Amino acid sequence: MTRKAIRLDASSYFVKGFAYIFISLLTISCLIPFLLMIGTSFTNENAIREFGFNLWPRQFDLLAYRLVFENPDLVIGSYIVTILLTVCGTSIGLFLITMTGYALQRPDFEFRNQISFYIYFTTLFSGGLVPFYLLIVKILGLKNNYLAVFLPGLMSPWLIILMKNFTKSIPFAITESAKIDGANDFKIFASIILPMSKPALATVGLFLALSYWNEWYNSMLFLEANMKYRPLQLFLYNVVNKAEYIRNSAASSNIPPIDVPQETMKMATAIVAIGPIMLVYPFIQKYFIKGITIGAVKG
Amino acid sequence: MNPEARKAESPISDPRVYPGSGKANTSFWKKVRKNKTLLLMTSPVILFFLIFSYLPMPGLYLAFIKYNYGEGILKSPFIGLENFRFLAQSGQLATITINTVLYNIAFILLGNFLQILVAVLLNEVASTRFKKATQTIMFLPYFISAVIVGLLVYNILNYDYGFLNVILKNLNLEPVSAYSTPAAWPFIIILTNLWQGVGYGSIVYFAQITSIDSEMVEAASIDGVNAFQKIRYIILPWLKPTFVILLLFSLGGVLKGNFGLFYNLVGNNSLLLPTTDIIETFVFRALMINFNFSQSSAVSLYQSIFGFALVLFCNWLVRRIEPDYSLF
Repeated sequence: MTRKAIRLDASSYFVKGFAYIFISLLTISCLIPFLLMIGTSFTNENAIREFGFNLWPRQFDLLAYRLVFENPDLVIGSYIVTILLTVCGTSIGLFLITMTGYALQRPDFEFRNQISFYIYFTTLFSGGLVPFYLLIVKILGLKNNYLAVFLPGLMSPWLIILMKNFTKSIPFAITESAKIDGANDFKIFASIILPMSKPALATVGLFLALSYWNEWYNSMLFLEANMKYRPLQLFLYNVVNKAEYIRNSAASSNIPPIDVPQETMKMATAIVAIGPIMLVYPFIQKYFIKGITIGAVKG
Repeated sequence: MNPEARKAESPISDPRVYPGSGKANTSFWKKVRKNKTLLLMTSPVILFFLIFSYLPMPGLYLAFIKYNYGEGILKSPFIGLENFRFLAQSGQLATITINTVLYNIAFILLGNFLQILVAVLLNEVASTRFKKATQTIMFLPYFISAVIVGLLVYNILNYDYGFLNVILKNLNLEPVSAYSTPAAWPFIIILTNLWQGVGYGSIVYFAQITSIDSEMVEAASIDGVNAFQKIRYIILPWLKPTFVILLLFSLGGVLKGNFGLFYNLVGNNSLLLPTTDIIETFVFRALMINFNFSQSSAVSLYQSIFGFALVLFCNWLVRRIEPDYSLF
């Protein structure tokens, strides 16, 4: 017994030691960019011009945050737009995805294979950017309309397939017995299946909510400069990439344009945009892990 | 059972048995009526994909015309394959295809290697708290938007203030100017991609490892198998099917690029384009900056057709190896 323990130790101590060191280093490298952003946002702009970005603020300063909230109108407006898009998009999208996922796994639904393929095919072949752009702008007329961000984000083939796999685990006998009791398919779904799929709703709902919160692509394509309240990520995109945008937003303060803390304001805006995700992240990440392990291998 | 339902199941009304009997139509509508609630329940989704995915497809006709925004599609002159010929002869098509494919292959191979390594090492860690904490932090980069990823990279690489140059200056070394060095960008983009994907991907492999029968591992250790042998002969072979399937599926997508990553890291910095331009960024610039709708569509059509063929080929491979996993 002792002999075995000693022999195991040599190689497994090495592997375990390597595991702790390698994973610790990797974890730190995942964390450093965030710490750098937080540290910079609290630093005085002059200290940055002299010493560059640092993990720990050399000269603590809240000016960047004060300027971001100088026009609380803009930030809060962006927040409200993004929150509304996320809440409405997630609830409506989730309802449609769940209803479809349930119907598509019903073995007695005679069109399930055709419809599944119809949905899946859109991941294989697409019209690309230009026809999509013309559809939104010319046919649907949604330029500068929040619907151009809201509608395309409602669902994705991947989420429907994930939901289909989730609801497959609910025994068909439950549906059958409810049918014998005379309930119709929609009633079975709404009053029996929906309450039973809470873990699936949490996972798929969070994926959907995350994609609305982080949405910037459709916003950038379809919402233009003359819009007052943009979704949060587009607001951040403009702050990061357009110097005049920062100067404009600091124009109402009495700071001369040359002294506007450009770098720290970028970071402060990013922190404001990322904040809510960081706050809820520790509580929700387990639902994502569940979704990945269920949906990953067999798509 | 009511007589009508029985009739629907009798072979006479089945169009497969009597294709010419003229009943195919009525039996289709009977099927529709029988499944009407479930069909209604799926109809919003059917409508969604009809509008946002199928309706744009005929728009790829733009690739064959010289599109004039004012005149519309039907009045613009038809020029056949002229757009494709221009793209091919100018060498742009080759550049963006090679870039897209090479980047994706690097993402797939290095990504899977790192993810498997992390999953195997996590499995060796005894402390549950350490495992939970590190997994949580490594998963974090997956949750942030492409815009923030772009900003984080800028924080490190910016010439005047970037963290990398701060460190180099402290070591009395020459600062580097990453944003004007095209050759550095493949490394930067690949590293960023690995950074953002390692947590996500290792979860998949780690879940596979935890499904290994623990009795098998115990039996092996009683037989005197050491830690390296355990990884080499038990864990890695166990992960192989998952790896092969994920690999083949991702190879099916090597013509599809991650626009958000490339655009937020590089933007429209034309100096860096030779090493960073992929199909998606080219299509985007052709539309939004040059307003060349037809050229943009031509590249999209090229991408869709070859991408489709590639998926079919990879799926055929999957079916030959593991029929259960094939998509269709």
